[in-house]
Amino acid sequence: MDNDIILRVENLKKHFQPHLTFSQSITGAKKRKVVKAVDGVTFDIRKGEIFGLIGESGSGKTTTGKLVMKLIDPTEGTMTFQGEDVTHLEKEALKAYRRKVQMIFQDPYASMNPRFKIRDVLEEPLVIHKIHGDRNEREKALIKALTEVKMNPPEEFLGRWPHMLSGGQRQRIATARTLLLNPAMLVADEPVSMIDLSTRAEILHMMKDVQRDLGLTYLYITHDLSTARYFTDRIAVMYLGRIVEMGPADMIIDDPKHPYTKALIDAVPEPMSGKVGVIKELPISGEIPSPANIPSGCRFHTRCPYAVPACSELPEPELEDCGGGHLHACRRWKEI
Amino acid sequence: MEPILQVQDLRMHYHTSKGAVKAIDGITFDIMPGETLGLVGESGCGKTSMGCSILRMPSPPGRYEGGKVIVAGRDILPLPEKEIRKDVRWEEVSMVFQGAMNCLTPVYTIGRQMLETLQEHREMEPGEARALIDEYLKLVGLTPEVAQRYPHELSGGMKQRVVIAMALFLKPKVVILDEPTTALDVIVQAQIINLLKKLKQTFDLSFIFITHDLALEAEVADRILVMYAGKIAELGTNEQIFGAKGPSHPYTEKLLQATPLLHKKVEHLHFIPGTPPDLITPPKGCRFNPRCEKCMDKCREEEPPLVEIEPGHQVACWLHAKN
Repeated sequence: MDNDIILRVENLKKHFQPHLTFSQSITGAKKRKVVKAVDGVTFDIRKGEIFGLIGESGSGKTTTGKLVMKLIDPTEGTMTFQGEDVTHLEKEALKAYRRKVQMIFQDPYASMNPRFKIRDVLEEPLVIHKIHGDRNEREKALIKALTEVKMNPPEEFLGRWPHMLSGGQRQRIATARTLLLNPAMLVADEPVSMIDLSTRAEILHMMKDVQRDLGLTYLYITHDLSTARYFTDRIAVMYLGRIVEMGPADMIIDDPKHPYTKALIDAVPEPMSGKVGVIKELPISGEIPSPANIPSGCRFHTRCPYAVPACSELPEPELEDCGGGHLHACRRWKEI
Repeated sequence: MEPILQVQDLRMHYHTSKGAVKAIDGITFDIMPGETLGLVGESGCGKTSMGCSILRMPSPPGRYEGGKVIVAGRDILPLPEKEIRKDVRWEEVSMVFQGAMNCLTPVYTIGRQMLETLQEHREMEPGEARALIDEYLKLVGLTPEVAQRYPHELSGGMKQRVVIAMALFLKPKVVILDEPTTALDVIVQAQIINLLKKLKQTFDLSFIFITHDLALEAEVADRILVMYAGKIAELGTNEQIFGAKGPSHPYTEKLLQATPLLHKKVEHLHFIPGTPPDLITPPKGCRFNPRCEKCMDKCREEEPPLVEIEPGHQVACWLHAKN
């Protein structure tokens, strides 16, 4: 079982220290509030699975993704990748790690140098990692990667500029760029949120094919439950820097236990008639609190319709298993 | 009942150095008081151009090439700009632009920005204006205290409420909302949708709701207009589009199939291959023909007329047009 796990994250935290403002530095005030973007996250990603990290803006999902990519260093906690501790890496070790864990960014319009032809865009990672020195070999690798993401005919795209491609095609190129390094895991942060609905499905489908063909593992970060249901095997729902519910995608969406997950699911619009005159009842009101000022006890109690005094007084509930690998962090789950 | 807004055979083209981009190419529809019309389509289908054209402010190099926009019985296209500003824009028809919430000036308080809109159109005592601002902030579910705050102190949902309040200020009859919830989280999105429904009931407002998200249209729109490449593909009631029978135009059908459903696990999502056409030289015949699965020989040759297949349900497709 343990051999199946490609990435293990334990009690990972990232706290940001805001800079002092000018007036604060003059008066010597020490009222700096720490922003707890990620506040104790634990999860395992199995080899060959698509793991979805879901949450609203401000839930810490992107920060978690950056921690996994090692773009920032954690404040606390450990990360184990393929059995090796990768919590703190430097120089060569970091470069080697980044080769194995690659990222697909949200904005395909900003993630490519507009002055690079597609050939250069794709060659860049090979140059950085000093692989495929021979020109012919490089060419072959590029064409193979383009074929994997179904850019047909591949030769034709090499000479084009990024501005000549649509959002969907750019996201294919971005995927091809990561594949060139033979990664074991891909982190995809909202890869389709900027793509038109009509092509969104096409990109997700392509990514799923690539994942199956090459036996890759994905960490898929999104706010969109509907695509997560289609795309992922397991889902973790984040709220204010912590995971509140985690388990197989179908279980989470068909039978959510945590009131926050329930509220998220209720809020998703569905394309069916007969809802125009109805004002939807929303179980939770307001917006996500600031991560600089996290409520006591269960951090969701300020917005929870089922909260009782115990929820704010007792220490924060830990994730507990309610069967079938379905974990949740709600004390009152049986009553609600 | 008289329609509050009528658009008749409207044509608006962007004149670029490469030729005229036919962004709006002969569109006709009307809206009744208290009705929400949903405008859907992919990016580049002319949804936003449509919104701006109704306000008589097509962005340059856009020019009207014909048609009428009739607001409360009067064609506004020939009116001088001065009159539009005085009587029509924001007074009769207002708009919440895409990303409007990010266009609030960071250096002014919310109250001051709202006051500016008000002073531009009305002569008012400061006290009176402040009372009105407070009233509208309450109306959109904010506390009057928000008027003293700066945009960076507000969340996305709160800023969106502020711009909606600003669009309602002068009591317009029609409000155009261009992707008002795209940048918001699902829960906040549902809150804003509820707010719009309440406002509609209270003021008997008409909305034009522009989005690319069909699921969202199902929640808000009484009637749905599906645009493709500057033309109407399908226009029907919520029931006709989202009911058990399903939509009638292959484009709407495909869009609906591409929308992932939360409560139904599917192995394979559909998508529409290709991209919307270049509107300088649109494809011959039906503009959707290069991407359509049900394309016939006729579709490549002749443009399908918009026909009424049942009361209030119009479709531009050769599958439904009788010869």
